[in-house]
Amino acid sequence: MIDESRPIFMQIAELIENDIVDGALAEESQVPSTNEFAAFYRINPATAAKGVNRLVDEGILYKKRGIGMFVANGARALLVDRRREEFFRQYVQPLAREARKLGIGKEQLAQMLSRSETETETTERSVAQ
Amino acid sequence: MTDPGESTIIEIRNVTKRYKDTTALDDVSLKIDGGKIYGLLGRNGAGKTTLMSVLTAQGFQTSGEIRVFGEPPYENDRVLSRICFIRESQKYPDDFNAEQAFASAALFFSNWDKAFAQRLADDFQLPLKRRIKKLSRGQLSAVGVIIGLASRAELTFFDEPYLGLDAVARQIFYDRLVEDYSEHQRTIILSSHLIDEVANLLEHVIVIDKGKIMIDDDAEAIRGSAFTVVGTGTRVAAFTAGREILHRESLASLASVTVQGRLSEAGRAEAAELGLEVAPVSLQQLIVRRTMDPGPELSMNGAATELEVSP
Repeated sequence: MIDESRPIFMQIAELIENDIVDGALAEESQVPSTNEFAAFYRINPATAAKGVNRLVDEGILYKKRGIGMFVANGARALLVDRRREEFFRQYVQPLAREARKLGIGKEQLAQMLSRSETETETTERSVAQ
Repeated sequence: MTDPGESTIIEIRNVTKRYKDTTALDDVSLKIDGGKIYGLLGRNGAGKTTLMSVLTAQGFQTSGEIRVFGEPPYENDRVLSRICFIRESQKYPDDFNAEQAFASAALFFSNWDKAFAQRLADDFQLPLKRRIKKLSRGQLSAVGVIIGLASRAELTFFDEPYLGLDAVARQIFYDRLVEDYSEHQRTIILSSHLIDEVANLLEHVIVIDKGKIMIDDDAEAIRGSAFTVVGTGTRVAAFTAGREILHRESLASLASVTVQGRLSEAGRAEAAELGLEVAPVSLQQLIVRRTMDPGPELSMNGAATELEVSP
């Protein structure tokens, strides 16, 4: 939901991006209107519109006159590329920093990553059962 | 309705309002654009109601110039017919019930939506036939809120409209305001000290303190314009050196400092490197911080010693 740390229009844009990345909003499908976003998140409609328009400017969404806003073709690939770069800065760099602090070497780090993968799989399997 | 676009609809130049020995407005200059939801925020007695009173010609400024829709509002029906002002303690004729109050509002406001007023009365479970004098404080506030919304005036002032309204009723007010504003854009000036509740509804924020304008900015520009770092006193002091400090607090060796400014990627990394926690500052906290003293200075070798000795 909406938090205090950043402008709301950026958060609205990100919420839509998230839905596109995880497939909840398919390409060529219709996006809720800015008024629907405003009512749902209880925010100023002009602010909601600013978030949506930012994605239009970036080619993630496009307008169909008189109908509404739609997810553009290729939007998901575009977002995933961008998110990978962000992933590096937001997660990998702090991870490496903390690892250095604790004297965890590259190989040990790689081992930990594969261990985390097996443990995640096990948990997911037990949840599924 | 005329175009509610972004043109200036209120212009105030060097306005001062003095009562006997207090200066309620001190050389205030301000522009208000059409079509936005404004928050007029500040402490009690800061000058919010006085400002709204001179804008709606309920009072006359001591000096300075006011233009509303391009004209001085005082005794000016052309201007006043486009304005709806809902006060904290709105008065109605003694023998009126809510239905009669709505009927007279319908005569005055050309955009009055009767069906919308009826729907709102249902939402607030307002007894329409009961005399207003016999209504509870919350029901009385509901009458004002309904008139303010259903009048759809080009310029609507809500001055602390919700005395006695409980959290559920206030949420109904906010929700209906957002929905109706989405369909019928107009200028709304909302004065409130429940800042956290209204923060996300505002497009522009005006903070008034001791009769002067302290903040006049887009709500989005203010969001994230300050942050708090928490951690060991020495490290917090190292991080905050050279930054503009709004507030300091300390507890034993821990310090919590609110800093003015947006946190850059580099700043975030630096804080992480120092093991500091970073927390956002809400609009309400920001206003509290900016209308208070920052507190004693942190020394580089630990927490604020001045605080430790104080009781």
